Amino acid sequence: MRSFVETDLGTPAVNAGETVALEIDGQHVRVPAGTSLLRAAALAGTAIPRLCATDTLEAFGSCRLCLVEIEGRKGYPASCTTPAAAGMKVRTQSPKLAQLRRGVMELYISDHPLDCLTCPTNGHCELQDMAGAVGLREVRYGYDGASHRQAQKDESNPYFTFDPSKCIVCSRCVRACDEVQGTFALTIQGRGFDSKVSAGQDEAFLGSECVSCGACVQACPTATLSEKSLIALGQPERSVVTTCAYCGVGCSFRAEMKGEELVRMVPDQNGQANHGHSCVKGRFALGYATHRDRITTPMLRKRISDPWQAVSWEVAIAHVAAEFRRLQQAYGRHSIGGITSSRCTNEETYLVQKLVRAAFGTNNVDTCARVCHSPTGYGLKQTLGESAGTQNFDSVEQADVVLVIGANPTDGHPVFASRLKQRLRQGAKLIVIDPRRIDLVRTPHIQAQHHLKLRPGTNVAVLNALAHVIVTEHLVDEAFVAARCEGPAFAKWRDFVAQERNAPEALQAETGVPADEVRAAARLYATGGNAAIYYGLGVTEHSQGSTAVMAIANLAMATGNIGRVGVGVNPLRGQNNVQGSCDMGSFPHEFPGYRHVSDSAVRQSFEAAWGVPLHDEPGLRIPNMFEAALDGSFRGIYIEGEDIAQSDPDTQHVTAALSAMECVVVQDLFLNETAKFAHVFLPGSSFLEKDGTFTNAERRISRVRKVMQPKAGYADWEITQLIAQALGYPMNYTHPSQIMDEIAALTPTFAGVSFARLDELGSIQWPCNDEHPLGTPTMHVDEFVRGKGRFMLTEYVPTEEKVNARFPLLLTTGRILSQYNVGAQTRRTPNVLWHDEDVLELHPFDAEQRGIADGDWVGVESRAGDTVLRARLSDRMQPGVVYTTFHFPESGANVVTTENSDWATNCPEYKVTAVQATRVSQPSDWQRRHQAFTEHQLELLRHVRSTAG
Amino acid sequence: MERLVGMANDIARYFASEPDHDEAVAGIATHLRRFWEPRMRAALLAHWRETGGAGLHELAREAVARLAQA
Repeated sequence: MRSFVETDLGTPAVNAGETVALEIDGQHVRVPAGTSLLRAAALAGTAIPRLCATDTLEAFGSCRLCLVEIEGRKGYPASCTTPAAAGMKVRTQSPKLAQLRRGVMELYISDHPLDCLTCPTNGHCELQDMAGAVGLREVRYGYDGASHRQAQKDESNPYFTFDPSKCIVCSRCVRACDEVQGTFALTIQGRGFDSKVSAGQDEAFLGSECVSCGACVQACPTATLSEKSLIALGQPERSVVTTCAYCGVGCSFRAEMKGEELVRMVPDQNGQANHGHSCVKGRFALGYATHRDRITTPMLRKRISDPWQAVSWEVAIAHVAAEFRRLQQAYGRHSIGGITSSRCTNEETYLVQKLVRAAFGTNNVDTCARVCHSPTGYGLKQTLGESAGTQNFDSVEQADVVLVIGANPTDGHPVFASRLKQRLRQGAKLIVIDPRRIDLVRTPHIQAQHHLKLRPGTNVAVLNALAHVIVTEHLVDEAFVAARCEGPAFAKWRDFVAQERNAPEALQAETGVPADEVRAAARLYATGGNAAIYYGLGVTEHSQGSTAVMAIANLAMATGNIGRVGVGVNPLRGQNNVQGSCDMGSFPHEFPGYRHVSDSAVRQSFEAAWGVPLHDEPGLRIPNMFEAALDGSFRGIYIEGEDIAQSDPDTQHVTAALSAMECVVVQDLFLNETAKFAHVFLPGSSFLEKDGTFTNAERRISRVRKVMQPKAGYADWEITQLIAQALGYPMNYTHPSQIMDEIAALTPTFAGVSFARLDELGSIQWPCNDEHPLGTPTMHVDEFVRGKGRFMLTEYVPTEEKVNARFPLLLTTGRILSQYNVGAQTRRTPNVLWHDEDVLELHPFDAEQRGIADGDWVGVESRAGDTVLRARLSDRMQPGVVYTTFHFPESGANVVTTENSDWATNCPEYKVTAVQATRVSQPSDWQRRHQAFTEHQLELLRHVRSTAG
Repeated sequence: MERLVGMANDIARYFASEPDHDEAVAGIATHLRRFWEPRMRAALLAHWRETGGAGLHELAREAVARLAQA
C-alpha cells in the first residue's frame, strides 16, 4: 500500500515538449504527447477503475478494468496502454463498460477472502475501492469452487508478510522489483489459475534474492504484501515528510504516524533524490529509535571504571562546562575540542563548530568526514574550486558511460544504484574499477563492459594510466580544455601523464590490470558520449586518497565531461549528512562554506556575528587530537553522535587516546564504544525527534521534521546550546530555522536557503543565492567555481603498507546493504537476520593454501593488531586480497587497520592493510579483553538503570 | 615526532613530482601552514632546529626551513 495521502495517476508522467488535446467524457483535456488515457483522465479529475496500473510502473494492461470507449474505434481498449491522441473522444463510463468491469471484478472477488473488516488495508485497499467503483453487488460464481483462499502466508521477512490468499496476480510487485529496484527477485510462476507470485525459485522471501527494499509492498494494491508494523499497529492517522538518516542518498520519506508512534516509513513519490524508492534500511530499519538500549538520562562518572550516576540535565551541563573550563585553565585554551556528527542535522553540526570556535575559543573541531570523504573536499577544491559533487542523481539518466571506482552502490547507496541500473539496462556502458567483483559488475540484465580488477592501493596508477591513454591517443577535448582550464597547469599535467612510466603497459605489473583492458576503458570513457564518474571510499581511504580525487577531476576535465547534465564527478557520500557536516564548517581549518580560518575578511564576518574574536590558525584533526591526547596537551572532548572507538583505525591507539583524556563527553543514543571511555553521557535524539536539515551527496538540502518528542527531553541542538550557555556564551535559538537563517546570512552558498524556501521547493541544491535562487543541480556549467579548472599532478606513490612474507595478504574493508557504518542503528533492528557478524571474505585459493574452510574461525593479523573472524570463501575476491566489514564492534576490524593516512587530509588508509590469515580456534587477545571490558561497562550501566528504576 | 616526520614526508612525496623545485617547496610549506595545527608545526620546527631535520625528505626539510624564516 502506498502512502495513504498520495494520489496515483495510474501511469508514469511523460516528458514530452509537445502536447495533444482530446476530449474525455466531454471534457477538454490537454496532456503531453504519449500520456496514457488513464493518466489523462486522472489529470482531468476522472478516476477510471484500475488494478494493475500505478504511476510508478510502466503500463501492463492485464487487469482489464480500465477499459474505455473511443469514438471511431472498435472494442474496448485498456486506457493504461492507450496513448492520448489529438482529437480523440473518450468515454470512461457506459452501460457496456460497467458490465465488463463488473464481470472482471466478479472474477477477482470470487477468489478473494471476504475479511475486509479485519484486513490491515481496510479502507485503503484498491480492490475494495474498485469493487465499490464498479458497483459490484453480487458474485455469480459463488465462493465454493477452487480458490487460493487457503494459501499459506510467508512471514519469513521480518518487516513484511506475503499473503497469497489476498493476491490478485496483477504483477505490480514483480514489475516493481524489476523496473524500480532492478533485482528481479520476484516472478509469476505457473499459468492460468495456477499463476502465483514467487520469490526466487518458489522460496521464502527471506531466503530469496529479495533485498527488502519495500518497492513490492508499496506497489501492492491489496494487503498481500503488508508491513508487519501496519498489521500490528493499524493504519496511520497522519503523515510527515522527512529525510532518511542513513546513507548519503538522502531519501525523502513520509513518516506515517499514529499519535507519537511510527507506523511505517513510506518513500515519498515527490522525493527529489529518491523519487519514491527506498532500501531496507530507510524503509524498515527504524526500530533502533525506540530500542530498549537507548539511554534517556544524562549520566556522569569520575573515572571510566566507576559506575555511572544518573543526574539531571542541569547537573550534567554544569559539570561539562566546569570541567572544560578547568582543563582550559590548567592546560591552555587549545587543550579541548569537539567532533561534529554527520548523523546530526546541519543546524546541529553548525552549532557544535560554533561552540568550539566561539565558546571554547579554539579551532579544534573535526568530523567523521575526516575518515571518509575529506580527500573529496581537498581534491575537488584544488581542481574545480568547490568541495562537492557536480551533479544531481537524475543526471545519470543522461549518462552514456558510467565509470564506478571504489564504490559499491548496490550495498552502500542502494537507491541510487537502482537508478543507475535502470540507465544501464537502457544501454549505458559501464566501467568498474574495484579489487572485488562487486554486484554491479554482473547483475540481472547488466554486464560491465570493463572491470579493472586492480590491486588495492593502486587507484592512482590506474587513473594515471587512463589519462596516459587519453593524452597519447589524442582523445583530449582540446576545445573544452582551452576554453575552461588553466593552460600552463594542463600542459604540465599532459607532459606528466604522457610519460612512458604512466603507460598501462608500464603499470600493469603494479596494478594487476591488463594494459589492453585499461586502454579499452580509457577509449570508452573518452569517446562514449556523456561519461560520468561515481566514486566512493575505495578512492578516498588511501594514502593517496586526495591524489586519486584530483586524478578523477583531471580525467573529467580532459575529456570535457563536466559542466552539463549526464557527466561529472560524483562522490557517493557515506553517511546521511557528511556533505552537510563539511559544508557547516566542521573541519578545523575552515569556516562554514569551506573558507579558511586565516581569511581575515571571512573571519571578521563570523566575529561580528558571533561577538567574539576567533582563532586564525587551523585546529587539530581527529588523528592529531589522539596524538595530542597521548602527549598530554589535549585533555577534553565533546563528541556528538560519532563512535570513533569503533569507526576509526587502529582501535587500540584510539582507546589509549580516549583513556588519556580527563573529560570525554559523549552525546549519543546508545552507550557506544566511545561512550565506554566517557566521563559524561548526554542522551541524544534520533532524527525523528527534531527539526532541521540534511544535505545529501548531490548537495541537496532537505528538511528533517520532528514527528515525536525527544525521548530524553532535548534535541541535540538544544543540548549544544545549553553547554554554550553554561560556558557563558549566549546561544538563544528557539527553533532550528533560526540557526539556518544565521548559516544563510554568513555563508554565500547558502544565502537563499531558509526553512520557508525548503518547504516551498521541497529541497534545494546549494549554491542557492541571488544568482541561483532555485539552487544548482549542475555545477561548473559555464565556468568552474575557481574560474579556470586546474589540472593537478598526480604522481603514483605506492603505499608504505606493503605485503611481505609475514603479512602476505591485503585486507580491504567496506560495508554491506543491511548494515550501516558502525551498526549502532542497524544492529538494533531485525536487519541482523541478514548479517549478524562481520566475516572475512577470501578467495578459495588463499583459503586452500591455509587449510581454511568456509565458516572456520580465522585469525587476521596486521602490523597494528589482530582479531578473529569467521571465513567466507568467495571468488568475487581476487587471490591475495581479503575483505571485511566493520559493523560489529566485537569483530575488531579496526584493530587490524593501521594509522597510515592520506598525505593531504589524514583520511585513514582503511582500504590497504597487509595481513596474514590463519585458521584458529579461539578469539584474539584483544577480543577477550574487549568482551571483558564491555561486560564491565554494561554492568556499570545496569547499576545506574537499576538505581534509576 | 616520528609520526609528524612521516606526515611531512608524505606531503613531500606528493609534491616531489612538481618539476619546479621552488614551487614544490612552497607547496609543502603552504600545506603545513594551512592544514597543520600550530603545535604540530612548532614541534616539527623544533625537531628541525635540534636535528637539522633528521628523517625528513629533502623537500620537507627545505619547506620547514622556509617556515622557520617566515
